[in-house]
Amino acid sequence: MPTNHAVPATSTDGLPTLAAIDLACRRGNRILFRGVNLEVRKGQATWLRGRNGRGKTSLLRLAAGLAIPESGRIVWGDTAVRNAPGYARQRVYVGHANALKDDLTVTESLTFLARMHERPSDPASVQAALNLVGMTSRSEALVRTLSQGQRRRATLARLALEREASIWILDEPYDALDADGVQAVNELLHRHLAHGGSILLTSHQSPGADAPTMVEFDLDPFA
Amino acid sequence: MGAAFSAVYVRDLRLALRRRVEALLPVVFFIVAVSLFPLGVGPEPQTLRQIAAGVVWVSALLASMLSVTSLYAGDHADGSLEQMILSGQSGFVVASAKAAAHWTVTGAPLVLAAPLIGLLMDMSGVALATLVASLLLGTPILSLLGGMGAALTLGLRSAGVLLILLILPLAVPALIFGAGAVSAVDSGLSTSGHFSLLGALLILTGLTAPLATSFALRIALE
Repeated sequence: MPTNHAVPATSTDGLPTLAAIDLACRRGNRILFRGVNLEVRKGQATWLRGRNGRGKTSLLRLAAGLAIPESGRIVWGDTAVRNAPGYARQRVYVGHANALKDDLTVTESLTFLARMHERPSDPASVQAALNLVGMTSRSEALVRTLSQGQRRRATLARLALEREASIWILDEPYDALDADGVQAVNELLHRHLAHGGSILLTSHQSPGADAPTMVEFDLDPFA
Repeated sequence: MGAAFSAVYVRDLRLALRRRVEALLPVVFFIVAVSLFPLGVGPEPQTLRQIAAGVVWVSALLASMLSVTSLYAGDHADGSLEQMILSGQSGFVVASAKAAAHWTVTGAPLVLAAPLIGLLMDMSGVALATLVASLLLGTPILSLLGGMGAALTLGLRSAGVLLILLILPLAVPALIFGAGAVSAVDSGLSTSGHFSLLGALLILTGLTAPLATSFALRIALE
């Protein structure tokens, strides 16, 4: 089954809009939230907020197409995200887990992810991406030897490999990062939005003064 | 598609190389398990020759099942599995690559260790060759079935036991035809039927197991 690179018809105007329509999410026996209506347009960054356990991560997973909604829809353009052709290509999901292998080097881990997602995976591009997140000095280190913050930077280096407009779905991207790391991420976010991309992220800490302007969406009222 | 296959395959091989001791455990188990039989059953060459094929096959089966439980667990825990599924690459290709890597690291060494074992059990040259050939066809089947079992039991408690209970019945046909081929050759009968069936099983498993595996992986991530 070849990967489908067909792009939705609406993209002639740029990146499609991610829209949650009357979305509800269940976890086990609990309904986490219901009646959520949310839009993330091209060039827009949305900061999803809410207390612990409100379903922020669950909403991101629904947006990524990993989970099925309890009710309602979440669509890319006008097709459900799980069926939207080309969505895999236009979406970058960075979850809580770093998706790095302990026994691989940073470069090897990043190269593997780049290859799977069909992004630039040649050594020069990978090194340039690691450079943008300040991981050049540790690029040949085994992931096992890195600190939490370094692992987070290595994971986020994926964002520096993006060449086309896409939607970035980021779960706590600033987690464990120091001030330099936060700045590097914010620069990536600015650049991404300027190129017509969109962002949906969660963060317990404030994105900081140098972060792009974000639309805040509070999930608490929908519990 | 080919790029995704080789990316996953090479990565898994590289990971196994970095944990060489863990990667060799199934082969060590295989050798130890088979070596126990002459001790338990008695060193009578006639008896050993009769049970050799069955003992080797069952030990290979158990060694495969023991090593396959962790095929997807590590990737599931660190988020790599999520990324592989989200990448849009064919789940069939990913599952095939994982099974191929498992066979390379576990199955192929079992096939290479078999002649050693055969000598231990006083097998004739022809019987030994037939055994090795049957394992060559059979161990990939075990890797494919094992991968499917690992995906189905992903994240469950007692996943290891459940996997064995699930997959062992499915592996029985391969066991019967594989060990049966050696019995046939010992009795002077033709083995073409056994090998044809074994080959057909391999093709059938190769077409269906990765498909089932990819569905099971998506469910595990929901």
